[in-house]
Amino acid sequence: MKNSPIVQLTLARLREFFREPEAVFWVYGFPILMAVLLGIAFREQPVEKIWVDVQVGNHADAAISALKSIQKFEAHTCEEADCRNRLRTGKTQLVIVSKDGSSPGFDYLYDSARSDSVLARKETDDALQRAAGRKDTFPSEDREFKEPGGRYIDFLIPGLLGMSIMGGGLWGVGFVTVDMRIRKLLKRFLATPMKKTHFLAGVMISRICFLIPEVLVLIIFAALVFGVKIYGSFIATAFLILIGSMTFSGFGLLVASRAKTIEAVSGLMNLVMLPMWMLSGIFFSSSRYPEVAQPFIKLLPLTALIDAMRAVMIDGASIFSQTPQIVLLAVWGTVTFVVALKIFRWQ
Amino acid sequence: MIAEWTNDFEASFRHNFRMPDAIVCRQLYKRYPGKPPVDAVNGLDLSVKAGECFGLLGPNGAGKTTTIEILEGLLEATRGDVEILGMKWGKANEEIRQMIGISLQETKLSEKLTVLETLTLFRSFYRQGIAPEDAVGRVSLDEKLGARVGKLSGGQKQRLAVACALIGDPKLLFMDEPTTGLDPQSRRQLWDIIRGFKESGRTVLLTTHYMDEAERLCDRVAVVDHGKVIAEGSPRELIASLGGEHILDFSLMNWNGSASFPTSSLLDLPAVRSVREEDGVYSLAVTEPHIALPALLDRLRQANRELSNLTTRHASLEDVFVTLTGRHLREGASPS
Repeated sequence: MKNSPIVQLTLARLREFFREPEAVFWVYGFPILMAVLLGIAFREQPVEKIWVDVQVGNHADAAISALKSIQKFEAHTCEEADCRNRLRTGKTQLVIVSKDGSSPGFDYLYDSARSDSVLARKETDDALQRAAGRKDTFPSEDREFKEPGGRYIDFLIPGLLGMSIMGGGLWGVGFVTVDMRIRKLLKRFLATPMKKTHFLAGVMISRICFLIPEVLVLIIFAALVFGVKIYGSFIATAFLILIGSMTFSGFGLLVASRAKTIEAVSGLMNLVMLPMWMLSGIFFSSSRYPEVAQPFIKLLPLTALIDAMRAVMIDGASIFSQTPQIVLLAVWGTVTFVVALKIFRWQ
Repeated sequence: MIAEWTNDFEASFRHNFRMPDAIVCRQLYKRYPGKPPVDAVNGLDLSVKAGECFGLLGPNGAGKTTTIEILEGLLEATRGDVEILGMKWGKANEEIRQMIGISLQETKLSEKLTVLETLTLFRSFYRQGIAPEDAVGRVSLDEKLGARVGKLSGGQKQRLAVACALIGDPKLLFMDEPTTGLDPQSRRQLWDIIRGFKESGRTVLLTTHYMDEAERLCDRVAVVDHGKVIAEGSPRELIASLGGEHILDFSLMNWNGSASFPTSSLLDLPAVRSVREEDGVYSLAVTEPHIALPALLDRLRQANRELSNLTTRHASLEDVFVTLTGRHLREGASPS
């Protein structure tokens, strides 16, 4: 068993990889870096304050003290010209002007085209009316809705997983294969009784071994930091990751099957990946593209992978409901693999 | 009496049940398409007997590597027949591969793997073979078993490449320029390894453009030029074919062109078999230097010419090559 060529070829790939510190950093550091950036983008935002200017006037003090007692207001007093200038330049959302007369009364100066300004007007009026003694006719209470699964981050994580599987498959297989061709190692292997299928199996298996930690890093990070949950079964998710990775290994092998230089293979990889980066719905749903383009987009392997992953991870769909996507991935994987094997240049 | 009988028996046994030649190739052609197409191998015939070390000797570009790669089954010939250990490529590839070992001209083995890991990997491809520990022993790399390939010197890497070729315990070993670029000590180490392999009764085919390598290592050599064998035989036979085993090299003071002192004026000297001149250096192939030398000095005195330099040496394969082609081995094959 230990001396089987597949095991030895896989071990050789794994050893070569893990003994190259830079490669390890980029492969595992990159998803973490990406996750950290996301963490910054999606961090808990403090509740937005409402900026209100109170123009100097006979009821200004009453308004200020009423608003200052409520946390969400950021209220200041200033002169008329100053107030108007601040409103014009967007530094404040609303200006409160005291009405003449001894009983409290205010004019609200705001821009009805600015939604934050409209909101500030309503909130401020509400607060001032209550402070002046208005009673609510029935009790009401604010409760926040923050259900995981419906947030953008929940949508994004399956997309990023798909992107990472595609990149890993293409780079991991394509780059390494071309490198071995340049080093004439492929030719040297060809000079032995090694079976070509064993070699390719070794490349695929080692690719899957690299993938496991790569994917786990992203999933665990998303779960711990953003509370992203997998609503479907773990096994179904793992299965999708596996088949996706095999499919893109096939693509990797295909782009590497004849390339003689690293530059050539890099170009081919970008050619393959670019349309899928744009169209397959990593960052936003691919349904936003026009109807005529949909049949083409649906045929892309990354679209199938990401759609199936979202269905399983977010909607908790069963693996069987994703049969069309899985079949599509399997067909892509088989076709690329077989074609790659046919046209593969060993030297 | 008994010894004689045994010899007779052995001879008749050999005659009747002759071991098949390790390598036979007839009328081998390889044309690389292009404008104009390049005929790298141009009607090459070769037969290598089992148990001998055979050298393909020729300058760079003579077609040695193309030939050996066709024999190794890595390249397809345009036409021609090749038989390796009695089998044909395309019909018994797996069988042939199991029985041959190959060391390519340039292979960068994975620098990150250790010597042991590399050999274990190559061993896994063969049904039968020797243990990696055994293989490093044969190439004297024992103490480097756990070292990374990237940390080995050039000579050590080349010995590891040979160990990879030996790991399947081959009957036939192909080596394409095994010592090119190595220091003298590493070259000698490799020669010892190849001799050791041959002494165990197995066959070696190597290419080289070093005449000294061919002379010391090979039982027979084929001199290759422009994709053809232009001479074949043991190094001794080839050198003897020059007519003299000694070479007298000399040059003259105030030499101004070959016309001023034609080579033909020296051919009738006693014990001189051939004369050539190159850039003012005259080389005489001579059977008996002690006869030829005084005659030469007499002749120069008569012609009123003065020597500026005179050396005698044994003839080498280089002289054979120069005599056959008018060019030196280290020069390219193209100008003719």
